Amino acid sequence: MIVDVIQGLVDAISVGSLYALTALGIGLIFGVMRLINFAHSELIMLTGYTLLLFASEPAAVAILGGLVVAVAVALITERIAFRPLRGADPTTLLVASFAVSFLIQKTMALTVGSKTKGVDFLPSLGEQIVVAGIRLQLLKMVTIIVTVVLLVALSWFLRRTRYGREMRAAAENFRMAQLLGVRSDRVISIAFAISGVLAAVVGFLFVSQSGFLEPRMGLQLVAIAFVGTVIGGLGSLVGAAIGGFIVGAATVLLQLVLPYGLREFREVFVYLLVIFILLVRPQGLIPSAGLRQRV
Amino acid sequence: MTFPVAAQRTDKNVQAPSELLLAVDDLHVGYGSITALRGVTLRVHRGEVVAVVGPNGAGKSSLLNSIAGLVRPRQGQIRYAGRALDSLSIENILRSGIALVPEGRHIFGSMTVEENLLLGATIRSDRQAVAADIADLIARFPILRGRWQQPAGRLSGGEQQQLAIARALLCRPALLMLDEPSLGLAPAIIDQVYKILHELHDRGTTILLVEQNATRALEIADHTHVLSAGALRLSGTSAELLSSPQFDAAYFGVTPPEQVPAS
Repeated sequence: MIVDVIQGLVDAISVGSLYALTALGIGLIFGVMRLINFAHSELIMLTGYTLLLFASEPAAVAILGGLVVAVAVALITERIAFRPLRGADPTTLLVASFAVSFLIQKTMALTVGSKTKGVDFLPSLGEQIVVAGIRLQLLKMVTIIVTVVLLVALSWFLRRTRYGREMRAAAENFRMAQLLGVRSDRVISIAFAISGVLAAVVGFLFVSQSGFLEPRMGLQLVAIAFVGTVIGGLGSLVGAAIGGFIVGAATVLLQLVLPYGLREFREVFVYLLVIFILLVRPQGLIPSAGLRQRV
Repeated sequence: MTFPVAAQRTDKNVQAPSELLLAVDDLHVGYGSITALRGVTLRVHRGEVVAVVGPNGAGKSSLLNSIAGLVRPRQGQIRYAGRALDSLSIENILRSGIALVPEGRHIFGSMTVEENLLLGATIRSDRQAVAADIADLIARFPILRGRWQQPAGRLSGGEQQQLAIARALLCRPALLMLDEPSLGLAPAIIDQVYKILHELHDRGTTILLVEQNATRALEIADHTHVLSAGALRLSGTSAELLSSPQFDAAYFGVTPPEQVPAS
């Protein structure tokens, strides 16, 4: 019984971690340019296909390839699609991100086909390990550890480095940051590059877990993670991570605690929770200072 | 009283007060169908404090914002140290030596006092000199010392204004522009803020000040312009303006009786 509870919790934490990383990538870009980037899902998807491309190479090569592709595509979409729209209405930016997302997704469907493909990335992560007499899947532990490492690294970058400080300033008050000489192009490019890294890592973990690829694979992840950033408080990175985590973990926990007949409707309960949180805290769990200021 | 941060630039560069630093000519600024400035011309010489006073909505912020590059003028020219600013980015205008402390202060509330100050030195790469300047500023603004690691959003309005001024000084501007530094502050706090401005003036810092609070501005300014409904109505030294019967009329945008054409 206790074993079941611990296994369930580890499961919930690892799925929550995956959504937290996805939400963080979306929250970072929203912070610096008020863009809700649905094309983030295509970064995850392209990472997956890169893993397939390098399937016969050592895993390290595939990982490096995935990182390079995700970061490069993130930077290219920023340069071509989003930079010309900087300062535009958030709705315009949102529509542009849908356009970029569909363009990449449909291009992939045309070139590699929309059929689901199997990929066996790091199969050794599927093994069970025994910790204190409890059997746990190695991948879940790796997901949790990687997430913690990335959160610590990102937090260090934002708090302790010059560019991190500039990024936080730009997220809180873009105009004032510019008035102090913060280069908007550089800050936004760095944010996109980091979002690319986060998307690639989510891609590695997700593909390793699911073992399949399809052009639409990123959409579900990003849609749910976006809900996470909203309940966490749009514009707040801590909020995005917590919100993503809550939504992901709640999905798994509901699967465990709901009566058998209701389990297939678990999303209904997740979104009831979301609605409840937003009713109690319309600004999100951790509202951002920047949005408060921009009344 | 010393002001080391400002001193390092001005001590070396102090020249005859007649040296022209900023020249604004026939400036027209508008937003959509709204016209904010209609043909403003003014001069700021090195070492001077120039004030622009006027009621709410006169176009004062538009003037500073267009000099800082936040707003592109529709017509007219802004020259700084002989160079046209029209095509420069916000960042390059700052790099050329003009800093703006905007209305409402805009400190980064979620960041610490230290981080706010470090952001003021964004365009500088001389880290040791920055550290020395920060040490000087703490001595100058003792209020910030005890709050070093606190989020700046927890400071009071007056403390935030001092932080905003200190932050602007860290980029070592040759021209410091302040938009309504007394806005929303209690009189005792305004005294503190103006004391700092007086010290900066004594050290030779060139200041372009925009104020609704004409009394305060006139006390410090070498030269004052009255801006109303987008145009300069009256200009002169503080003494001249205070003794001018037209001052109130100009401030409130009423045509002075002397200028009403005889019918």
